Amino acid sequence: MAMDARDIEALIKEALPDATVTIRDLAGDGDHYAAEVVSESFRGKNRVQQHQMIYAALKGNMGGTLHALALQTSAPD
Amino acid sequence: MSDIQTFIKNEVESNDVVLFLKGTPAFPQCGFSGQVVQILDFLGVDYKGVNVLADAEIRQGIKDFSNWPTIPQLYVKGEFVGGCDIVREMFQSNELQPFLVEKGIAVAQSA
Repeated sequence: MAMDARDIEALIKEALPDATVTIRDLAGDGDHYAAEVVSESFRGKNRVQQHQMIYAALKGNMGGTLHALALQTSAPD
Repeated sequence: MSDIQTFIKNEVESNDVVLFLKGTPAFPQCGFSGQVVQILDFLGVDYKGVNVLADAEIRQGIKDFSNWPTIPQLYVKGEFVGGCDIVREMFQSNELQPFLVEKGIAVAQSA
Protein backbone atom coordinates (compact mmCIF):
# COMPACT_ATOMS: atom_id res chain seq x y z
CA MET A 1 0.00 0.00 0.00
CA ALA A 2 2.58 2.52 -1.05
CA MET A 3 3.69 4.36 -4.13
CA ASP A 4 7.00 5.72 -5.25
CA ALA A 5 7.20 9.51 -5.61
CA ARG A 6 8.60 9.05 -9.13
CA ASP A 7 5.56 7.01 -10.12
CA ILE A 8 3.25 9.75 -8.87
CA GLU A 9 5.17 12.38 -10.79
CA ALA A 10 5.19 10.22 -13.94
CA LEU A 11 1.41 9.72 -13.83
CA ILE A 12 0.77 13.44 -13.35
CA LYS A 13 3.13 14.38 -16.17
CA GLU A 14 1.57 11.81 -18.45
CA ALA A 15 -1.78 13.57 -18.06
CA LEU A 16 -0.43 17.12 -17.81
CA PRO A 17 2.80 17.21 -19.84
CA ASP A 18 3.52 20.88 -19.11
CA ALA A 19 3.21 20.45 -15.34
CA THR A 20 5.90 21.36 -12.87
CA VAL A 21 5.59 18.75 -10.14
CA THR A 22 7.22 18.95 -6.72
CA ILE A 23 6.68 16.00 -4.43
CA ARG A 24 7.66 15.67 -0.79
CA ASP A 25 7.54 12.41 1.13
CA LEU A 26 6.07 13.67 4.40
CA ALA A 27 6.59 10.66 6.62
CA GLY A 28 9.28 8.72 4.79
CA ASP A 29 6.93 5.76 4.50
CA GLY A 30 6.08 6.05 0.80
CA ASP A 31 2.45 6.60 1.73
CA HIS A 32 2.11 10.22 2.82
CA TYR A 33 3.06 12.78 0.21
CA ALA A 34 2.55 16.42 -0.53
CA ALA A 35 2.54 17.48 -4.17
CA GLU A 36 2.65 20.94 -5.63
CA VAL A 37 1.57 21.00 -9.25
CA VAL A 38 1.76 24.04 -11.50
CA SER A 39 0.20 23.70 -14.94
CA GLU A 40 -1.28 25.99 -17.55
CA SER A 41 -4.20 23.58 -17.88
CA PHE A 42 -5.43 24.64 -14.42
CA ARG A 43 -6.11 28.19 -15.56
CA GLY A 44 -9.75 29.17 -15.28
CA LYS A 45 -10.62 26.07 -13.26
CA ASN A 46 -11.60 26.09 -9.62
CA ARG A 47 -9.70 24.15 -6.96
CA VAL A 48 -12.08 21.20 -6.97
CA GLN A 49 -11.70 20.83 -10.74
CA GLN A 50 -7.91 21.18 -10.50
CA HIS A 51 -7.64 18.48 -7.86
CA GLN A 52 -10.01 16.24 -9.80
CA MET A 53 -7.64 16.50 -12.79
CA ILE A 54 -4.80 15.24 -10.58
CA TYR A 55 -6.94 12.43 -9.17
CA ALA A 56 -7.90 11.42 -12.71
CA ALA A 57 -4.20 11.41 -13.66
CA LEU A 58 -3.50 9.06 -10.76
CA LYS A 59 -5.94 6.57 -12.29
CA GLY A 60 -7.71 5.39 -9.19
CA ASN A 61 -4.61 5.08 -7.04
CA MET A 62 -5.73 7.97 -4.85
CA GLY A 63 -7.67 6.81 -1.84
CA GLY A 64 -6.51 3.25 -2.48
CA THR A 65 -2.81 2.55 -3.04
CA LEU A 66 -2.06 6.09 -2.03
CA HIS A 67 -3.52 7.07 1.32
CA ALA A 68 -2.40 10.63 1.62
CA LEU A 69 -1.44 13.12 -1.04
CA ALA A 70 -1.80 16.71 0.08
CA LEU A 71 -2.35 18.74 -3.07
CA GLN A 72 -1.60 22.30 -3.95
CA THR A 73 -2.41 23.27 -7.51
CA SER A 74 -2.07 26.47 -9.47
CA ALA A 75 -1.58 27.93 -12.92
CA PRO A 76 1.75 29.60 -13.67
CA ASP A 77 1.98 33.32 -12.78
CA MET B 1 -30.25 6.70 -8.51
CA SER B 2 -29.39 4.20 -5.76
CA ASP B 3 -30.75 4.55 -2.26
CA ILE B 4 -27.40 5.64 -0.90
CA GLN B 5 -27.01 8.38 -3.53
CA THR B 6 -30.51 9.58 -2.70
CA PHE B 7 -29.62 9.60 0.99
CA ILE B 8 -26.46 11.64 0.38
CA LYS B 9 -28.24 14.06 -1.93
CA ASN B 10 -30.88 14.58 0.71
CA GLU B 11 -28.25 15.17 3.43
CA VAL B 12 -26.37 17.85 1.46
CA GLU B 13 -29.56 19.56 0.30
CA SER B 14 -31.40 19.61 3.61
CA ASN B 15 -28.46 20.82 5.73
CA ASP B 16 -26.67 24.11 5.04
CA VAL B 17 -23.24 22.78 5.98
CA VAL B 18 -22.40 19.07 5.94
CA LEU B 19 -19.06 17.46 6.60
CA PHE B 20 -18.52 13.83 5.65
CA LEU B 21 -15.66 12.69 7.83
CA LYS B 22 -13.95 9.74 9.44
CA GLY B 23 -15.20 9.73 13.01
CA THR B 24 -17.42 12.40 14.52
CA PRO B 25 -16.92 16.15 14.97
CA ALA B 26 -16.32 15.47 18.67
CA PHE B 27 -13.91 12.63 17.96
CA PRO B 28 -12.40 12.66 14.47
CA GLN B 29 -10.50 9.48 13.67
CA CYS B 30 -8.23 10.78 10.93
CA GLY B 31 -5.90 13.77 10.90
CA PHE B 32 -7.36 15.21 7.72
CA SER B 33 -10.92 15.02 9.03
CA GLY B 34 -9.68 16.53 12.29
CA GLN B 35 -8.19 19.54 10.51
CA VAL B 36 -11.48 20.45 8.84
CA VAL B 37 -13.35 20.00 12.14
CA GLN B 38 -10.89 22.38 13.81
CA ILE B 39 -11.34 25.00 11.09
CA LEU B 40 -15.16 24.82 11.20
CA ASP B 41 -15.12 24.94 14.99
CA PHE B 42 -12.73 27.88 14.97
CA LEU B 43 -15.05 29.78 12.68
CA GLY B 44 -17.99 28.83 14.86
CA VAL B 45 -19.91 27.29 11.98
CA ASP B 46 -22.90 25.12 12.78
CA TYR B 47 -22.67 21.96 10.69
CA LYS B 48 -23.78 18.39 10.44
CA GLY B 49 -21.14 15.67 10.61
CA VAL B 50 -21.68 12.35 8.84
CA ASN B 51 -19.36 9.59 10.00
CA VAL B 52 -18.42 7.52 6.95
CA LEU B 53 -16.74 4.90 9.13
CA ALA B 54 -20.17 3.98 10.46
CA ASP B 55 -21.39 2.84 7.05
CA ALA B 56 -19.30 1.34 4.24
CA GLU B 57 -21.98 2.24 1.69
CA ILE B 58 -21.82 5.91 2.59
CA ARG B 59 -18.03 5.77 2.61
CA GLN B 60 -17.97 4.58 -1.00
CA GLY B 61 -21.15 6.42 -1.97
CA ILE B 62 -19.82 9.86 -1.08
CA LYS B 63 -16.76 9.28 -3.27
CA ASP B 64 -19.01 8.43 -6.21
CA PHE B 65 -21.36 11.32 -5.43
CA SER B 66 -18.70 13.99 -5.88
CA ASN B 67 -16.21 12.12 -8.07
CA TRP B 68 -13.73 12.73 -5.27
CA PRO B 69 -11.62 9.85 -3.93
CA THR B 70 -10.90 11.03 -0.42
CA ILE B 71 -12.53 11.98 2.86
CA PRO B 72 -13.24 14.49 4.44
CA GLN B 73 -15.63 16.27 2.08
CA LEU B 74 -17.30 19.57 2.89
CA TYR B 75 -20.62 20.64 1.38
CA VAL B 76 -22.20 24.07 1.71
CA LYS B 77 -25.75 24.67 0.49
CA GLY B 78 -25.61 21.51 -1.57
CA GLU B 79 -22.33 22.44 -3.25
CA PHE B 80 -19.13 20.42 -2.85
CA VAL B 81 -16.48 22.83 -1.55
CA GLY B 82 -13.53 20.48 -1.30
CA GLY B 83 -11.47 18.18 0.86
CA CYS B 84 -8.97 18.94 3.57
CA ASP B 85 -6.38 20.64 1.34
CA ILE B 86 -8.87 22.99 -0.28
CA VAL B 87 -10.66 23.89 2.97
CA ARG B 88 -7.32 24.57 4.67
CA GLU B 89 -6.07 26.62 1.72
CA MET B 90 -9.29 28.68 1.68
CA PHE B 91 -9.06 29.18 5.45
CA GLN B 92 -5.42 30.23 5.38
CA SER B 93 -5.97 32.67 2.53
CA ASN B 94 -9.00 34.15 4.33
CA GLU B 95 -11.38 33.03 1.61
CA LEU B 96 -13.39 30.52 3.60
CA GLN B 97 -15.16 32.91 5.92
CA PRO B 98 -16.29 35.35 3.19
CA PHE B 99 -17.39 32.33 1.15
CA LEU B 100 -19.57 31.09 4.01
CA VAL B 101 -21.01 34.54 4.68
CA GLU B 102 -21.81 34.94 1.01
CA LYS B 103 -23.65 31.62 1.13
CA GLY B 104 -25.69 32.92 4.06
CA ILE B 105 -24.04 30.75 6.70
CA ALA B 106 -23.76 32.16 10.22
CA VAL B 107 -20.11 32.53 11.24
CA ALA B 108 -19.27 33.39 14.83
CA GLN B 109 -15.57 34.14 14.44
CA SER B 110 -14.50 37.29 12.62
CA ALA B 111 -11.03 36.39 11.44
